[in-house]
Amino acid sequence: MARFAADEVAVLRQVASEVIGLLTDNFDRDDPVVERLFPDGYQDDPAEAAEFRKYTEGDLKTAKIDQAGAILATLPSDGGAVVRLDPEAAEAWLRALNDVRLALGIRLDVKDDTDLLEELDEAVMRDPTSARVRQLTMYQYLGVLQESLLDAIIG
Amino acid sequence: MTAPQVVPAETPDVEEAPVADRPWVTVVHNDPVNLMTYVTWVFQKLFGYSEDKAHKLMLDVHYKGRAVVSSGTREKMEHDASCLHAYGLWATVSHE
Repeated sequence: MARFAADEVAVLRQVASEVIGLLTDNFDRDDPVVERLFPDGYQDDPAEAAEFRKYTEGDLKTAKIDQAGAILATLPSDGGAVVRLDPEAAEAWLRALNDVRLALGIRLDVKDDTDLLEELDEAVMRDPTSARVRQLTMYQYLGVLQESLLDAIIG
Repeated sequence: MTAPQVVPAETPDVEEAPVADRPWVTVVHNDPVNLMTYVTWVFQKLFGYSEDKAHKLMLDVHYKGRAVVSSGTREKMEHDASCLHAYGLWATVSHE
């Protein structure tokens, strides 16, 4: 069970909708986010990678749209919410939150040695109202949310 | 009298099994976003590995940059890689 404030519900709905947008109307194979969500199945072998993609991309896309949809299906269109997830929905949420974090990670250029708090401090110093500050804050929030959801699932 | 010219046969590499006998494998690569606890959970969930084994594989991915997480037929490995992609892990298939 989780309790979400109205602004958290709004953020979650927004990011889930954005992922669905990336996977449907705005699907662009050259977008680095799409490259990360649909990695090549074979390294250094473009022909095999293309073949792999041909057979797996459709199902994978459907799965990712469905899991982001699970977030939208659970949350009210506005206001706060108390959410109870059955195991299946909890897993869909986990995978969807992971997709959102992968997408944000690409947009924010997160690397292994990225210090998120330092990045956030610097971004706030430059402009506290910037999109980067919003995205970094969101990225951290989603990481904490994913971790606590995982704790709840593992029990 | 000279010894007959014999072209030496290629020394077989005893360490390496013939290509056909080597299994296909699924490899998971490190990435900076996925949570360590999440990756461990995915390995347990998807492959039924014990927490210890899943945790060790996760550490290999994190510190060595990659780890072989399953092996078998090519079809099965493609299935595994595709499932891992659904969980957001960066997986590839190869013939080790």
